[in-house]
Amino acid sequence: MAKRRPKLAVWKFASCDGCQLSLLDCEDELLAVAEHLDIAYFPEASSRMVKGPYDLSLVEGSITTPHDAERIRRVRRESRRLVTIGACATSGGIQALRNFADHREFINIVYARPEYISTLEQSTAISDHVDVDFELRGCPIDKHQLIEVVSAYLNNRKPNTPAHSVCIECKLRANVCVMVAKGTPCLGPVTHAGCGAICPTYLRGCYGCFGPQETANTQSLSAQWIKMGASEKETVEAYRGFNAWAEAFRSETVKVGNGEGGDGE
Amino acid sequence: MKSAGDRNAGLSIIEREELGTLIDVLGARGYQVIGPVVSDGAIVYDRIASLADLPEGLTDEQDGGRYRLKQRDDRALFGYVVGPHSWKKYLHPPRIRLFRAECAENGLRIIDEEQPQEKFAFIGARSCELHAIAIQDRVLLDGVYPDAVYRARRENLFVVAVNCGTAGGTCFCTSMNTGPKATTGYDLALTEIPDPDNHRFLVEPGTALGAEILGALSSREATPDDETIAEQSIARAVEQMENNTRRMDATGIRELLLDNLEHARWDDVAQRCLTCANCTMVCPTCFCTTVEDTTDLTGDHAERWRRWDSCFTQDFSYIHGGSVRVSPMSRYRQWMTHKLATWIDQFGVSGCVGCGRCITWCPVGIDITEEIRAIRGQINGCKA
Ligand code: SF4
Ligand code: SF4
Ligand code: SF4
Ligand code: SF4
Repeated sequence: MAKRRPKLAVWKFASCDGCQLSLLDCEDELLAVAEHLDIAYFPEASSRMVKGPYDLSLVEGSITTPHDAERIRRVRRESRRLVTIGACATSGGIQALRNFADHREFINIVYARPEYISTLEQSTAISDHVDVDFELRGCPIDKHQLIEVVSAYLNNRKPNTPAHSVCIECKLRANVCVMVAKGTPCLGPVTHAGCGAICPTYLRGCYGCFGPQETANTQSLSAQWIKMGASEKETVEAYRGFNAWAEAFRSETVKVGNGEGGDGE
Repeated sequence: MKSAGDRNAGLSIIEREELGTLIDVLGARGYQVIGPVVSDGAIVYDRIASLADLPEGLTDEQDGGRYRLKQRDDRALFGYVVGPHSWKKYLHPPRIRLFRAECAENGLRIIDEEQPQEKFAFIGARSCELHAIAIQDRVLLDGVYPDAVYRARRENLFVVAVNCGTAGGTCFCTSMNTGPKATTGYDLALTEIPDPDNHRFLVEPGTALGAEILGALSSREATPDDETIAEQSIARAVEQMENNTRRMDATGIRELLLDNLEHARWDDVAQRCLTCANCTMVCPTCFCTTVEDTTDLTGDHAERWRRWDSCFTQDFSYIHGGSVRVSPMSRYRQWMTHKLATWIDQFGVSGCVGCGRCITWCPVGIDITEEIRAIRGQINGCKA
């Protein structure tokens, strides 16, 4: 085919690189991706750096510094489609835990020369700064979902990444519910599908890696956890994970913990 | 006392071990034999190869949002009720590919999916479950477009029913007239008599094929005593349910719900409902599916998959411009009014068989019978 291959760029902001690794982890499919997309900018994988504009930008990481807040605007200007990948880019990530406290205190504790640190008060999602065309959830993202999103982009169709609960995936796998049969607290009912219910499949409660589902009733789930014997502190800490700053999780930790839940010690 | 040869002609007794022979006989006839097994702390349905696979001496404690296995003081093989799985996982699979498509020289080539020639034999289906299968038959086979996937799996089904001798904590089949004794839809029906000195099953054939298979087992004619004991055990299950507060008064239920679409209770239950969809997934009559079309990166290959869907998702009611049922309230109301009211308009029967799964497997224990009592005004404390 003489068709021009769309140019792909992969960007990193405040993150652990795990989601970019999911892309490299695609192995077989990665060759196909390279065949259909011109991997123009992907510093994690290649030193080849072709100038923009780009047809598709995958953005990993959250915005935590004034410099990055500026850089994401540039990325947006250079990208026809901008897709965020992972919990950091979509809800601020684990580093958004600092949003619940005073970031200057952390800086003073962690760094020998705090005056060199230039940082924002909060870690925030990419969509808090620029328009985003699609958000792919997960900490880390699921590689099959990533390939699905890229295939959908290449073929001009809607990706199949349902926004319903993890429970549906759990039941499609015919798992026995750990919450009902074992009394294990599980975030599955309020969590966005995508992982295939990995943790309940291995008899653990869901950790909420994919953030809140489309209509997450965290208030009702918290009440049930507490009825089952979980402490208020455990309940708050469960929401204060990789997606702590996502609205449905954040509001519940503030309410249940009365603003003090996570930092009792 | 009835004498054998009257209305109960054809009742036989097989010894406990002979049930193993039944599994062998069905296997030898080419059936995939499916029955209850213990897995991850619950009794689920899976392949069974011998009597040893069945859950021995176990029962299940069930309540809203709670399920625990417990030891019984006998060696009963069917001393529990229904678990998180239902037979629909075999007849109406959770995920299935419908077809594939390829780019060909002159356009698109569709590759149809071949339906497997599976023959299932279900061991231990309960009366409520037979009613659920009959309901899915109406939904999936009786319409203008019978479902080929369901039909291929349903056609050669062999059913060994078990009459319930113990009711579960969330069972309410007596309210829905669906049990606990199997009355229809089986090839063989068993009543277990777990007497430690003489563990046996009363067997009743329901079809000619059932009678033929029974003929391959070593059995004796049932005595009036056997029959009395079996009837007593079923009566015990009935009594347990009648003493349970968890009953559902189904009189005029269609009108009750349709006349109360704006009842305050819907908002009350929506406060508790997680819109997680577990109730619809475990319900043996819920049949809704969605299709997902996928392509590979090249765009030369496409597939269409079908999977269970639920009216608790927003996608379920998505039309141009957005979702029709945005509020969790409207989604819970859809589920309950469909099960108990509009199902009757659509299919001529209720969509609920009283199996209790949606109560037990709801993570927050929302109880459909309690919601009905609240709408009937039989529960205090419901915000007016
Ligand atoms: S184990 Fe968790 S994810 Fe699975 S059905 Fe239960 S609550 Fe939902
Ligand atoms: S609505 Fe609930 S009780 Fe009724 S058949 Fe479905 S799962 Fe069973
Ligand atoms: S209750 Fe919901 S999921 Fe179940 S059959 Fe009705 S519309 Fe479908
Ligand atoms: S009624 Fe229970 S199982 Fe059903 S969607 Fe609501 S919380 Fe989930």
